Amino acid sequence: MAVSNAVSAPAVTATTKDPAGRPPNRYRRALPQYAAISPFFILFAIFGAFPVLFSIWLSLHSWDGIGAMQWVGLEQYSYLLSDPKFWAAITNTLIIWVLSTVPMLLLALVIANALHNATRFRSFYRIAYFIPNITSVVAVTMVFGSIFSNNFGLLNAFLQSVGLNKIEWLSQPWGIKVAIATIVTWRWVGYNAIIFLAGLQAIPSDVYEAAKVDGASPRQTFWRVTVPMLRPVILFAAITSTIGGLQIFTESQVLLGNSGGPGGAGTTIVSYLYQNAFGANQFGYGAAIGWALFILIVLFSIINWRLIGGDENDRLTSRLRRRAGKEQTDER
Amino acid sequence: MSAESNHSGRIREVVSHLVLMFGVALSIFPFYWMLVMASNTTPDIFTYPPKLVVGSHLLENMRNVLDNIDFFGAMLITLLASLGVTVLVLFFDSLAAFAFAKYEFPGSKWLFGLLLATFMIPSQLALVPQFVTLAEFGWIGSLKALIIPGAANAFGIFWMRQYARGAIPDELIAAAKVDGAGFFRQYLTVGLPVLRPGLAFLGIFTFINVWNDYLWPLIVMTDPNKLTLQVALQQLNGVYGTDYSMVMAGALMSVVPLIGVFVIGGRHFIADIAAGAVKS
Repeated sequence: MAVSNAVSAPAVTATTKDPAGRPPNRYRRALPQYAAISPFFILFAIFGAFPVLFSIWLSLHSWDGIGAMQWVGLEQYSYLLSDPKFWAAITNTLIIWVLSTVPMLLLALVIANALHNATRFRSFYRIAYFIPNITSVVAVTMVFGSIFSNNFGLLNAFLQSVGLNKIEWLSQPWGIKVAIATIVTWRWVGYNAIIFLAGLQAIPSDVYEAAKVDGASPRQTFWRVTVPMLRPVILFAAITSTIGGLQIFTESQVLLGNSGGPGGAGTTIVSYLYQNAFGANQFGYGAAIGWALFILIVLFSIINWRLIGGDENDRLTSRLRRRAGKEQTDER
Repeated sequence: MSAESNHSGRIREVVSHLVLMFGVALSIFPFYWMLVMASNTTPDIFTYPPKLVVGSHLLENMRNVLDNIDFFGAMLITLLASLGVTVLVLFFDSLAAFAFAKYEFPGSKWLFGLLLATFMIPSQLALVPQFVTLAEFGWIGSLKALIIPGAANAFGIFWMRQYARGAIPDELIAAAKVDGAGFFRQYLTVGLPVLRPGLAFLGIFTFINVWNDYLWPLIVMTDPNKLTLQVALQQLNGVYGTDYSMVMAGALMSVVPLIGVFVIGGRHFIADIAAGAVKS
């Protein structure tokens, strides 16, 4: 503590000595602040920025991690574009993403609405819905692996008990994807429901009153008021689910092993990156797959933004807000 | 009119609770099923129709886990990594957040924008070169590889900054300045006490994420005697996949401590997650 006093004292006298504050002083006076933010920037430089730049360099080489790096230019990328396994991994990931995200967001909206209407036991519900999200993916995937298991799985036992045939979930290309998507949905429904609930609660009641005054039916109110007002939150959920969905790895790896299951039907983009870089020691190719993933994430975030966050909706929302505000002042 | 709307309100409430209880059952069922499998013998699980009730072999299955993998060793490594990252993140992130929230200094806006831009980079992009870098440092297989790269993060700084802006009154800082406190002393005496609830959230969030991480430890912890819990668990699953009871006992043992941490600090944690999403 004495030290910090000693640091600040000369800085103060220096500023009083120099009239009209010379620029270098501003920087010197801010030294403690620079020191405070430097750990992040130093760590980011070493473990974030440098690796990202290095991965560009790496993706232009062929390298097994031990021998000499061999310059191949854009060959990794042209191979990538013609690699059927890479395209299969992208297709798998997108199918799993759709199979998980659509039910997840719809169910989350239903649960959020119910939570909004239910006044009792709210903290109990919140914790119960959140626990799937905080538990380890590895443990959870192992449980779901047993539920979907081909021969003795709980799901097949249930199907048989109601007179249906068993399904070889973990051998069929689509069964594998359904199993992975189920795990993802189960883990993230509660999380998204709680975020939607916060969005519902943040809608000011005067907006609803304005809609009522205008004679809107409950359905009109839902589509014209609730959904537009929720748009920022839905956008947040859609973008985070997209980014998360494109990065699925653990579920596939734990459920199906390094191979991604029969025919690689459960191989995701990150699984394919892992297989190439850390299974087959093709570091250059792994880096190129990383860049492809980055481009996909940016692309899908922009699509989400356009679809859900469009300008027109912002205008609608602000118009409703303005009208609500005006009516309030009229009443007064 | 009002009686009628009261009535429909009550129906809506009952329907909501029915929907919610059904959802809770689906949310909790896999944990129950984990316990059922962990407490029965493997042949009992593989009968048709399957046993759906908790059995009496839990301790036996847990002992099997301890015989087959170094469970407590893996737990210790996971705990050290989680605590190490959490402590460093809390310190570095809150310090940086305090500076960004309460001080204007040359380049502060620009630096904060740069920090936000780093959000865009998916962690997998840096995976391969990060591994190469750490191998160059000679850190592969050591706790450092688990702790240091994650010791400060943009999310935490962004989140703590939002929190600090609202929570720390400028008057308190001005008063501390009059008393002659320098920046770090202001952080310790004014910032930290006020930021405590925000730190609790960030701490739980960080701890849970590191505890559950799978891909990064899978890559950097190459020594089979020094695995984290998640990787050890997956190895148990891969090698002894036929002994479901033991595998599930291991899963159960790995999940219980985490749920404990969550139940202790969970309520505020959930509220903060929701608030963060609505603000951004």
